Amino acid sequence: MTKEDFTPPAQREERVHRAQVRFSGGAWSWVIKIVLLGGFDALMVLGLLAAVAKASWVIVAVIAVGTIAVNLIYLPPNRELPGKYLAPGVAFMLIFSVSVMLYTVYVGFTNYGDGHNGSKDDAVLAIQQNNQARVPDSATYKAAVATKNGGGDELWLIVVDPKTGQARAGNNETPLQDASGVTTSSLGAITGADGYTVLDFAAVSTRSSEVSKLAVPLSDKGADGFLHTTTGSQAYVYRSTMAYDEKADTFTDTTGTVYRDSGQGSFVSADGKTIQPGWKVNVGFSNFTAAITNSQVRGPFLKVLVWTFVFAIGSVVSCFALGLILALIFNDSRLRGRRWFRLVMILPYAFPATMMTMVWSGLFNQDFGFINQVLLGGLQVPWLNDGSWAKVAILVVNLWLGFPYQFLVATGALQSLPDDVNEAAEVDGASGWSAFWYIKFPLLMVSLAPLLISTFAFNFNNFNLIYMLTRGGPRFTDTSLDIGSTDILISMVYKVAFGDQGRQYGLGSAFAILIFIIVGVISWIGFRQTRALEDIN
Amino acid sequence: MSTAALNPPTETGAPRQSRSRGPRGRGLWWRYVVAVAACVFAVFPILYVLSASLNPSGTMTGSNSLFTTISGSNYVKLFANPERPYGRWYLNTTLLAVGVSLLTVLFSALAAYAFSRLRFRGRRGGLLSLMLIQMFPQMLAVTAIFLLLSNLGDVVPVLGIGSLLALAAVYLGGALGANTYLMYGFFNSVPRALDEAAQIDGAGHARTFFTIILPLVIPTLAVVGLLSFINTFNEYVVASVVVGNDPATQTLALGLYQYVSEQTNSNWPVFAAGTVLACLPPLVVFFWLQKYLVSGLTSGSVK
Repeated sequence: MTKEDFTPPAQREERVHRAQVRFSGGAWSWVIKIVLLGGFDALMVLGLLAAVAKASWVIVAVIAVGTIAVNLIYLPPNRELPGKYLAPGVAFMLIFSVSVMLYTVYVGFTNYGDGHNGSKDDAVLAIQQNNQARVPDSATYKAAVATKNGGGDELWLIVVDPKTGQARAGNNETPLQDASGVTTSSLGAITGADGYTVLDFAAVSTRSSEVSKLAVPLSDKGADGFLHTTTGSQAYVYRSTMAYDEKADTFTDTTGTVYRDSGQGSFVSADGKTIQPGWKVNVGFSNFTAAITNSQVRGPFLKVLVWTFVFAIGSVVSCFALGLILALIFNDSRLRGRRWFRLVMILPYAFPATMMTMVWSGLFNQDFGFINQVLLGGLQVPWLNDGSWAKVAILVVNLWLGFPYQFLVATGALQSLPDDVNEAAEVDGASGWSAFWYIKFPLLMVSLAPLLISTFAFNFNNFNLIYMLTRGGPRFTDTSLDIGSTDILISMVYKVAFGDQGRQYGLGSAFAILIFIIVGVISWIGFRQTRALEDIN
Repeated sequence: MSTAALNPPTETGAPRQSRSRGPRGRGLWWRYVVAVAACVFAVFPILYVLSASLNPSGTMTGSNSLFTTISGSNYVKLFANPERPYGRWYLNTTLLAVGVSLLTVLFSALAAYAFSRLRFRGRRGGLLSLMLIQMFPQMLAVTAIFLLLSNLGDVVPVLGIGSLLALAAVYLGGALGANTYLMYGFFNSVPRALDEAAQIDGAGHARTFFTIILPLVIPTLAVVGLLSFINTFNEYVVASVVVGNDPATQTLALGLYQYVSEQTNSNWPVFAAGTVLACLPPLVVFFWLQKYLVSGLTSGSVK
């Protein structure tokens, strides 16, 4: 420090004050701040207007609250400091991490998925729309297929009511509403209406499959019937063969079978027949208990759970052991070319794991792969097609991907051990193995244990490795679910929720919550043991 | 590229017990054997994919004879397929990775500074929540991410499904979490006296952060940036849901997976060429920043 340390307090305070004014409250920093905030606010107002135009009130609310919060945080000088530093990251985290997590938790308690997509009203309408027959004495409606101006590519049906002569228009989601300005040709065909563009014959015939799917509700009650057209110029009334009784909340089909609301999001008959689609309802904990009670799920789930632990623990142990052994071997200054050996050994860490895992899947290919064809001289080891071999292959690949990191951190920890540790060991008469095992190793673990817990948590959810190498296969034969012997929990969740076998978001989300709880509890216990949490104070 | 940093800083302080074993060089041969074996294991998949990418045979079977014939035909084929616009994927992924990693470093450094230096209500709770949130992998919430972006895209089309900007925003949602925690440990190891000295000299909090603290925590910034960069190259599931089916918006991981998920044998050499090129940006960044790796990865946890 300079002699300024000895300036009298009053002068010193004055100097500090001047400097503070110059550095933190300067005119330029104000200008920059105002310009940035102004730009941000302008963007937000644009977004707000767009959201209002689309009537997305949730987005409107989020934008409004967010913008006000950002201005309150950044506008006042030298206040709300933590907010200024936390706001950017936290904002993204709240929107793209926390909110989607909360939604996932909510979905875990529903039956959301294929066949249970929307509300009950949607389902009732869809059931009526799906099961229709032409009303035998239906009047003929003059009709035209049109698109709504500004309404995109969606098809609408314009008809003239034969009883009243009133022109009306609607589509699959919008029941008939009055239309005006209908023009007709000399032959009586509808050629136009205000706000609509009528499709000509050629356009109707190229989109005939869409046209035949038009089922426009006559009113907002599906029971009144729907208008269908096959030619595009005439429409007829169809009515559902499934009669919906609004008071009793039941469907009755033409044979008189009654379907009741089962309470599980679908209509079910007394003998157990279900009508599709159903709707989304809360199902409580049944997704969670399915892992234990549902025989289709139970067996594979338990196998997957066991393998997930075997894989995660096996990965940590194998990678750490190899990394530590190599670090010990290389921590010897007499070894020549250490830097080049080190460089080559950490190469796998520098390569993108996803792509290198795909390369490994080729190396392990049973018929053409390098390992079978060249290294094993043409043996046909079913590396990826047999449950046990596939597990071996996965552990080998993960060892390749994981040991360089362990080697790096073990080297770092080894080098930060004080020199006198060795001297102390020698004084105590410990040498070689026992010096390492009883003295150095425990010291190393102090710094490495938290990293090992993170490695465990990472591998517990190492989706990319499993998916790129085996896709979880080979498949179990005792279940209809698409689960195989190398699936870990997270790849199972992905396949249950998004698989080719139908999407079961509810079940998938419930498993996601289970994974979160398992990893959270294990990490928590681990960090407690290693005292890493002491940092947070 | 510098390799010197891989050498231990305490070169001279190497284990003492080895000295008692005898003169320089004796009893070392087995260490060389292990070293060579480990290097062969580490390097052979890399050499294999390089060889396969240069092999003109056109099949996986033909790729098994390493470095016998060398040609660039697979690289030509890689860029000549308009249905799989590799150049576009390359650009998409690199820009995405650069943008996401820079912002991730900025956001988590800001947050780590707040947690390390400022005392405020909810600080401890905030740190614990971060730890908890980072244990929930974003990919488990892809359903919700899809629905969120579908709704957002109705209002702001650039943030909808099929947009790389939306993908970047989703990745930034995971920017805090593990990174902040890693940085927090490192920030704590920078003596507070430095900030106080700067503040006494009249620097405001922003100036202290950008000119005093940041240069001292470069190792941890480098590590977080590096990990984020490589993660973006690796990420598959969220990208597959967010960018949709348009070939022009895909990333390298998505595109390359198409090559191996079908007709593996005949697509293999072109896939290998694509992989070799795709590995270059992460490699360059890795060797640029590797000298910070050991200290950046461990300092936070070493007490």
